[in-house]
Amino acid sequence: MPRTLDEAFAILATAPHRPIAGGTDVMVQITGEIGPPPDRMIDLWRLDELRGIALDAGVLTLGALTTYTDIRRSAVCREHVPALVDAAATIGASQIQNRGTLGGNIANASPAGDTLPVLLATDAEIVVGGARGERTIPVTEFWVAYRKTALAPDELVLRVRIPLPAGREVRFRKIGTRRAQAISKVVMALAWRDGGRGWSDVRLALGSVADRPIRARRTERALEGRRPIAETADRAAATLAGEIEPIDDVRSTADYRRVVAARVLHRLVRDAGGW
Amino acid sequence: MTIRTAPPRTGSPVAPRTGTPDALLIHPGEIAPGRARTRGPLRREGPEKLTGEAKYADDLVFPGAWYGATIRSTDARARLVGIDLAKDFDWSKVVVVTAADIPGENIVSLISDDQPVLIPVGGEIQHHAEPLALIAAPDRETLRAAKRALTVRTEKLEPIFDPLASEHVFAHYEIASGDVEAGFAGADLVLEGTYRVGHQEQLYIENNAMIAVLREDGGVTLHGSLQCPYYVHKALKRALALDDVRAQVIQAETGGGFGGKEEYPSILAIHAALLALKCRKPVRMIYDRHEDIAATTKRHPAIVSHRTGVKRDGTLVAQDIDIVMDGGAYSTLTPVVLSRGAIHAGGPYRCPNVRIRARATRTNTPPNGAFRGFGAPQTEFAAETHLNRLADALAIGPLDIRRKNVYRIGDITPTGQVLRESVAGEEVLERGAEAAEFERLRERSARARTEAAASGPSSPLATGPTRRASGIGLALAWHGAGFTGSGEVKLASVASVELTAAGEIRILTASTEMGQGTKTIFPQLVADALSVPYEDVEIAPQDTAFVPDSGPTVASRTAMVVGGLCIKAAERLREQVELATDRSFAESYRDYAKEHGGVRIDQKFEAYPGVHFDDETYRGDAYPAFGWASCVAEVDVDLDTGEVAVTNVVAVDDIGRVIHQTLAEGQVEGGTLQAIGYATIEEMKLHDGRYLNDRLATYLIPTALDAPRITAILVEAPFSGAPHGAKGVGELPMDVGAPAVVAAIHDATGAWIHELPATPERILAALGATTTAPSPTVPAGRRRVEDAIEAPIEEGTDPRPDAPTDPQPLRGPQK
Amino acid sequence: MNVRLLVNGSPVELDVPGMRRLLDVLREDLGLTGTKEGCGEGECGACSVILDGQVVDACLVPMSQVDGSTVRTVEGLARPAAGSTERQLDELQAAFLATGGAQCGICTPGMLMAARAYVDAGGGPDDDAIREAIAGNLCRCTGYTKIVEAIALAATPKAEV
Repeated sequence: MPRTLDEAFAILATAPHRPIAGGTDVMVQITGEIGPPPDRMIDLWRLDELRGIALDAGVLTLGALTTYTDIRRSAVCREHVPALVDAAATIGASQIQNRGTLGGNIANASPAGDTLPVLLATDAEIVVGGARGERTIPVTEFWVAYRKTALAPDELVLRVRIPLPAGREVRFRKIGTRRAQAISKVVMALAWRDGGRGWSDVRLALGSVADRPIRARRTERALEGRRPIAETADRAAATLAGEIEPIDDVRSTADYRRVVAARVLHRLVRDAGGW
Repeated sequence: MTIRTAPPRTGSPVAPRTGTPDALLIHPGEIAPGRARTRGPLRREGPEKLTGEAKYADDLVFPGAWYGATIRSTDARARLVGIDLAKDFDWSKVVVVTAADIPGENIVSLISDDQPVLIPVGGEIQHHAEPLALIAAPDRETLRAAKRALTVRTEKLEPIFDPLASEHVFAHYEIASGDVEAGFAGADLVLEGTYRVGHQEQLYIENNAMIAVLREDGGVTLHGSLQCPYYVHKALKRALALDDVRAQVIQAETGGGFGGKEEYPSILAIHAALLALKCRKPVRMIYDRHEDIAATTKRHPAIVSHRTGVKRDGTLVAQDIDIVMDGGAYSTLTPVVLSRGAIHAGGPYRCPNVRIRARATRTNTPPNGAFRGFGAPQTEFAAETHLNRLADALAIGPLDIRRKNVYRIGDITPTGQVLRESVAGEEVLERGAEAAEFERLRERSARARTEAAASGPSSPLATGPTRRASGIGLALAWHGAGFTGSGEVKLASVASVELTAAGEIRILTASTEMGQGTKTIFPQLVADALSVPYEDVEIAPQDTAFVPDSGPTVASRTAMVVGGLCIKAAERLREQVELATDRSFAESYRDYAKEHGGVRIDQKFEAYPGVHFDDETYRGDAYPAFGWASCVAEVDVDLDTGEVAVTNVVAVDDIGRVIHQTLAEGQVEGGTLQAIGYATIEEMKLHDGRYLNDRLATYLIPTALDAPRITAILVEAPFSGAPHGAKGVGELPMDVGAPAVVAAIHDATGAWIHELPATPERILAALGATTTAPSPTVPAGRRRVEDAIEAPIEEGTDPRPDAPTDPQPLRGPQK
Repeated sequence: MNVRLLVNGSPVELDVPGMRRLLDVLREDLGLTGTKEGCGEGECGACSVILDGQVVDACLVPMSQVDGSTVRTVEGLARPAAGSTERQLDELQAAFLATGGAQCGICTPGMLMAARAYVDAGGGPDDDAIREAIAGNLCRCTGYTKIVEAIALAATPKAEV
């Protein structure tokens, strides 16, 4: 069990290891009852270098071991990215929030990861590192396929950097089967800046509608430069319904996901417009 | 002090009876055996449960115990060709049991003899979780390795998954009264509807668990999580060829049952015992959640079709009901579940012309079995939803149509049973409606619907300015108390009260405690009958070596039937002691024991006077009495997403006599939330006969945040056949929750949901927002309700202008 | 690996595989079977314990992460009564007993630990806050009504009782 990042990097340089942090995903496999348990593991829990939330020069930096409870309790997060606090509050319940980490959510790469659309909508960057050094990956390039990330086998997620441009609004909405401890059917984050004449820098990100968390770029273009009026909402909802290609699975249907994503977006625009 | 999270809006929580004809044998205020004091005694085994000292099966330690596992089929239907043991595994480290190792009959004894303990080579596999072989190993690692080293060869056979298409019928019944066709001919309106419900998992938080320990006499003792010690005992004796003594069953503390530990523990006990007999060590078989959901019984899915004739004023004149239940791969308790479902299928309503046809068929899915309510929640969901649609079509309120038709004293049920006493349908209906302010809130949601409609139409991709809609719904049900028909007479249960030579008073029954309060109310009843303090009455452990067969702990029969036997036994004991000592029992029983030694009174069940049922013709008194329940549910529906929040529930239950108010309320509250889960989120999805959501991450039950504020109101309409008047409580709330929630969703949105659970996917489909959701599609035509009564309406039209979502046709009288 | 921790106030030293679950160590190595396993995947909360002041699912915690930690389980709630060998229920346990918050009892230890963490963190008798605090603990018997009532009772400042 490494105590420093350098120790961890040295271990990873020898062979790939399955990282474990709060254990909320990995520990389920440990008993071997659901498939074989991971072979080699590296426990990151003691790497205090990966903890902490800091605000510096308009960028919010969260260590990979930041727990959902840390996020919920962080005054800085509440002030600057309340949507991330909202997302953290929807994950599991106290027991999971006390252990589950932002880095784990990112590296686990579930298409339903609840914080991930917020990171996409806020143009976050993932700082990763290993024995070969650190590099920064734009969040849009981080999830490359179903449960696959841009991480090399000898790298770890170290930090997340969220830029905080002035005047940006972010909204988060999760639709699950029940009100706590539920994996999402659709999860969405919408960000924009309102310059008075219309929205700019629109970002719309969704989870549980594709094999990975995605940006809905066509829908973003339908919103870009528009004011949040009925016509805009109608157009954006219709665009989104045509843009995403969700699937039927054990939690919901493709049709439901498509319609509800559109309706939730419509409602977010409507609420922003105050009509 | 008491903190009420949900203060009753009106009245006291225990409602004295008012209004109905006087069948009251024990008057309110009178101290009757077991009558609730202002505060009942504390839960007997509560301190152990609260400190972690209580021992559930997995908490028991048997040094040297091995771990057992089940090798299951992965085919829904197949022939078992062979079981192969890998050459490179050291099989001397473990034991493997196949059907060839069964010393007795390869049968899990229950009603029919169709379920094998293990499929023999050459035999036919009937479902994907079917047990084929067993392995035990000294540690978990070796066990996992052995499981991987064992393979089975099968030849796939064509499975059947559609209960309607299956020709293998487990049971069928027809109940008829009056002349149904004549009834339809005289009706002003005939409405048809088909309602579907799916599997529901009991989801006790403690998984099925059993530990087998060898006895010195060559027999085996089972310690397990179970409801019915003597069911397990009987099954063990038969499969292992053991006598009464050498098969011993001891209930460990049991973490919930709800029917899920009624029949399933029998097969698990046999499996554990077979392994123990082969490896000569204690064997632990503790299911994990995945195996428990994948392999154990569920509530039966059902398809219920109603055709109902009514008069313009709402009076029911004819009911023609067809029920098909999916039994799964083996019969288990299906014939009895189907019977209860059929008897309750018309709902608690007077109707002169009734025909109920019911059948249960085999599909190649894991066997379905007992679950709280036992067939009635399925059929009463259909009956109540259908009645609400009738009321809607006639523009009569849901409360009024029930007032018009609900059973009263002297009414006759479809089996020809005259309801002579203890009939409280009207009372629970009125109390529920009053406490929940049903009519006022219903007017409020009607106004909101009108306003929302006026604010502009919604489209599939956008709803109107109002995101949420509130609604209120009401349901009413009856539930036969105790076993159906002649069941209790055939069971001939025995309960005993013993005064030991040491001067201790002890109750001996096989009735198990699984949270509902058996270990508290029995001592309470006996203490009252003997006029001794509650603390002075002990209750013996549920161990077949010591306690008599008091029947299974099911069918809400424990308080009523076995509790009644305990009282009678105690009264006989009291009489014997008082006759001998000429002093009161309380003063003299210790002296009596010193002088005369111990005495044990065995009280056997005697038929309730005047109760007769003919199992052949299905005529007569199906139950000695019925319990009555109403539920009023309020919901908030998110119109964008179809998400439903059940916010408030008033549950009113007539349980005959309240023995312990806190425990009885606990039953009502817990049952109500299980019903809400059934109504809203609990759904088993299947693929090729396998449950897809066989984990707790995918089969979801309500959390504390999903649970509404529940107000439980207890009503007492005592049953004269039981010395204390109690009729049972466990199952009643399960019958009413789902139809109340579905009615509330309709009140909020105008959408009728015909299939449980009422998921957001089904709600949006019913509202026309989605097209491919798992629900029938919306008909195109519209007709006004008046037309429905004046003239026959062609198929495929909808009579209600503001309800564009009822996909089922109204039909005029057939001439 | 060698792990030292404090369980219900008593020091414990074990040589265990780092990835062994805290739940298994509590139940099988230390004989503290009050903590239950309901699902093994952090969904039911039956194995809730308090780890360094926070409620966690013991089925998701590897032993490698508890070296030097403090663990409280249901067995650590009741305290020795003054002048007696008997142990006295703590105020939450007493409230559960009084209101009927425990039925089958299998969720009860985990529920008590989630409630303990809530009360210790200063939680009050607010219904919604209590429900959120126990949202990770499934109960199939009670409908949660009497559990919420019990926690509210225990979380009410004593002067108001």
